[in-house]
Amino acid sequence: MTSPLFLPVAELPKLLARLLELGYKVIAPTIDQEAIVYSEIQSVEDLPRGWTDEQEPGHYRIKPTSNDRYFDYVVGPHSWKKYLFPPLQLISRAISGEEGWTFETCSDAPEQLAFLGVRACELAAMKIQDRVFLDGAYVDTGYQRRREGSFVIAVNCSVASPNCFCTSMNSGPRCKTGFDLALTELDDGMFVEVGSSRGQDVIEPLSLHAATTQHLNSAENLYARTVSQVSKHLNTDDLRNRLMSNLNDGKWDSVAERCLSCTNCTMVCPTCFCSHVSEVPSLDETVVERQRKWDSCFNLEFTAVHGTPVRNDVRSRYRQWLTHKLATWHDQFGESGCVGCGRCITWCPVGIDLTVEVNAICGGES
Amino acid sequence: MTTTPANDPPVSAWTTAPIVLRSTKAETPGVFTAEFEFKCEQDAARFASRPGQFNMLYCPGYGESAISLSRVCENSQRLVHTIRSVGDVTNRLARLKIGEIIGLRGPFGNGWPDFPDDLQHLIVVGGGIGLAPLRPVIEQFLASHMATRELTVLVGARSCEHLLFAGEYQSWRDSGATVIATVDRSAPEWKGEVGVVPALIDRLNIRDPAETQLFACGPEIMMSYSATAALDRDIPRDNIWFSMERHMNCAIGHCGRCQFGSHFICTSGPVFRYNDVQQLLTIHGL
Ligand SMILES: Cc1cc2nc3c(=O)[nH]c(=O)nc-3n(C[C@H](O)[C@H](O)[C@H](O)COP(=O)(O)OP(=O)(O)OC[C@H]3O[C@@H](n4cnc5c(N)ncnc54)[C@H](O)[C@@H]3O)c2cc1C
Ligand code: SF4
Ligand code: SF4
Ligand code: FES
Repeated sequence: MTSPLFLPVAELPKLLARLLELGYKVIAPTIDQEAIVYSEIQSVEDLPRGWTDEQEPGHYRIKPTSNDRYFDYVVGPHSWKKYLFPPLQLISRAISGEEGWTFETCSDAPEQLAFLGVRACELAAMKIQDRVFLDGAYVDTGYQRRREGSFVIAVNCSVASPNCFCTSMNSGPRCKTGFDLALTELDDGMFVEVGSSRGQDVIEPLSLHAATTQHLNSAENLYARTVSQVSKHLNTDDLRNRLMSNLNDGKWDSVAERCLSCTNCTMVCPTCFCSHVSEVPSLDETVVERQRKWDSCFNLEFTAVHGTPVRNDVRSRYRQWLTHKLATWHDQFGESGCVGCGRCITWCPVGIDLTVEVNAICGGES
Repeated sequence: MTTTPANDPPVSAWTTAPIVLRSTKAETPGVFTAEFEFKCEQDAARFASRPGQFNMLYCPGYGESAISLSRVCENSQRLVHTIRSVGDVTNRLARLKIGEIIGLRGPFGNGWPDFPDDLQHLIVVGGGIGLAPLRPVIEQFLASHMATRELTVLVGARSCEHLLFAGEYQSWRDSGATVIATVDRSAPEWKGEVGVVPALIDRLNIRDPAETQLFACGPEIMMSYSATAALDRDIPRDNIWFSMERHMNCAIGHCGRCQFGSHFICTSGPVFRYNDVQQLLTIHGL
C-alpha cells in the first residue's frame, strides 16, 4: 500500500464529496437526542465537531470541548451493526392465493454505504460478526452483501473513556486492519493510511501530499497518549476456563440482584447477534411477512420450551450473557465475543460493569 | 429446454418450500403423524435427509416449529412427521386439512451417527415423543438386515395409551428387534413393565458392551439416567448419544435461541455425544 498521506483539515469536505460523487451514502457520528449516534450525513458540518462525551458506569453526557476537532470522543450507544445487521429485516413473505400459500424469500435493495469514523474496537466487532454470519455452516447473504458493499473509513481514537478496555481485549485503540482508509486527527488535519485498493481509488483524485515525519511523530504521540488513558483492565488469562468452572457459583446471585434484565447491554453491544423472526400478517391475513428483529438473551421468552423458560431467573440469564461473551464464544468462534468498547457498562441503567463482575465471580485482579 | 444449475436462483437458508398435506394418522392422545409432499419437483430433488434431522414446518401467521423426520423415505417426495400438539404452531398443524399447503425449511441438524462397522448391539431409548426421531434409525437398522447384530428398543411413556408407535412394536420384533415398553402409571389392561426406562438397561443382556451403542431421545432426566445405567453396564462414554431440545427459531446458528453451553443445538446438534453435554446437563438453567 501507499505510504501515509496528509489531508489538511480544510480538505475534509473533499473526501466527503468524493464519496458522495461515487454514490455512497455516508454514515457518520452526529448529535441526536443528546448523544453521539450514527446516521447519514451530507456535509462535514453534520459531524459533532467541538463535542466530546463523558462516560462512566451507567452515565453518559455530551459536552463541548475547547477545541474544534471532529472526532474527539469515543463510542456512543450506536454501533455499525445497525447497518450491517439491521434491527428489523424482512426475511420472507407468505402469500395466500387460489392454490394455497406461496412463499417468497426477500432481500433488501443493496445500498452502497460508507462508514466514516469507525473505531478500532468497532473494526474488531465487525470481524467478530463476520464469523457469525459468514463463516458458519450458513451464510447470511444480506449481511454479506452489505458488508462487502460498505466502504470503511476508520478513525484512531484520540481519547479513551473510563469504560474503555480495548487494550485488554487486544482490539484497540490503534486501527491496524479491516479498513479502506484510516484517519488520525492531528492539529491541522488528518494523517491518512490507505488499507485497500478501494481506499486507494477513493483517495487518489484528492492528490494529497505524503505525510511528513512530523505528522508521523504526532500520530505516534497521539496513539501513545490514548493507550495511557485506558484505565480499565480485564485479566483475560485463561478467562474461558475460569468462568466455565464457576457456573454453579453463588457469586452470580449478587449481580442478579442488581441486573434489571432490561436488555440494554445486548442492544448496544456491537457483537451481540441474537434475533428472532416474528409473523406480521396483513389486515386481511392474505399476506404474512416474516420479520427478523434484534432479540436478547435477557428476554424471558428467549428460551421458552413449551411455554416454560429454561433460563427462568436473572441469574441464569446474566450468566448466559457474560459467559457467552467471554467464554463460550471462544469455543464457537475461536475468539472472545467482547472487544472492550465499554458500551454495556455505560448504558446499563444500574451501572453494572462486566469487568468488575468477572473479578467478583472468578477473581483475576492482576 | 434445459436449465443449468448455474441459472438456478441461490437457495437461501430462509427459502421456504411449499409442501402439501397428504394424510394424517392419530397416534397417541395429542400426537399424530402427518405425511406431506413437496409441491414442486425441484424442491423434492434437492431434499435429502438422514435419521435424526429435523425440518422447520411453517404455518403462516403462526410461525415455525422444529419437527424431526419420523421416517426417512427413499423417495424424498414424501415427508413424514410425528407431531405433539403443545402450542401455537403444533395446534395449527393438528388442524390442517388434507391438501392444505404449509411451508418447509430443511433438513437441519447433524442427525444420528452412522452405525460403526463393528457395531454388535444398538440400544435405542425413546421417551414420549422422543421416539419420533429414533424411528428412522430403527427402520434403517432393520432394513439393513444386520442379522448378526442386535437391536433393543426401549420405550417409555406416562401410561400405556401414550406409548408412541405401539402398533409397530410387533413388526419390529418380527424383524428381529427386542422391544420393551414401560409406563409410569399402570392400568388394568397393561401387562408390560411399570417403571422408568433406565431401570430396563440394568437388566439387558449386553454381550459386548464395547461394541454397543446407545441412542437416546426424550426428557433430559431420562437420557441422563439412561447414560448412567449404560456406563454401569460398561458401555463406553463415547458410544452414548443424546438428541437435545431447546427453543429454536432460525435453525441455522444465527439467532442464538438454542444455545446450550458452547453449542448451538440447531447446527452442532441436535445429536451430541454424551461426553460433550454431560457436564452441561448438571447446571441448572443453562
Ligand atoms: C431438534 C428438535 C426436534 C423436534 N422434533 C419434534 C418432533 O418430531 N415432534 C414434535 O412434536 N416436537 C418436536 N420438537 C419440539 C417442537 O419443536 C416444539 O414442541 C414446537 O416447536 C412447539 O411449538 P408451538 O408453536 O406449538 O408451541 P409454543 O409454545 O407456542 O412455541 C412457540 C415457538 O417457540 C419455539 N419452541 C417452543 N417450544 C419448543 C421446543 N420444545 N423446541 C423447539 N422450539 C420450541 C418454536 O419456535 C415455536 O414456534 C422438536 C424440537 C427440537 C429442538
Ligand atoms: S460486552 Fe460490552 S464491552 Fe464487550 S463488546 Fe459488548 S458492549 Fe462492548
Ligand atoms: S446488565 Fe445492565 S444493561 Fe444488561 S440487562 Fe442487566 S440491567 Fe440491563
Ligand atoms: S435455532 Fe437459531 S441459533 Fe439455533
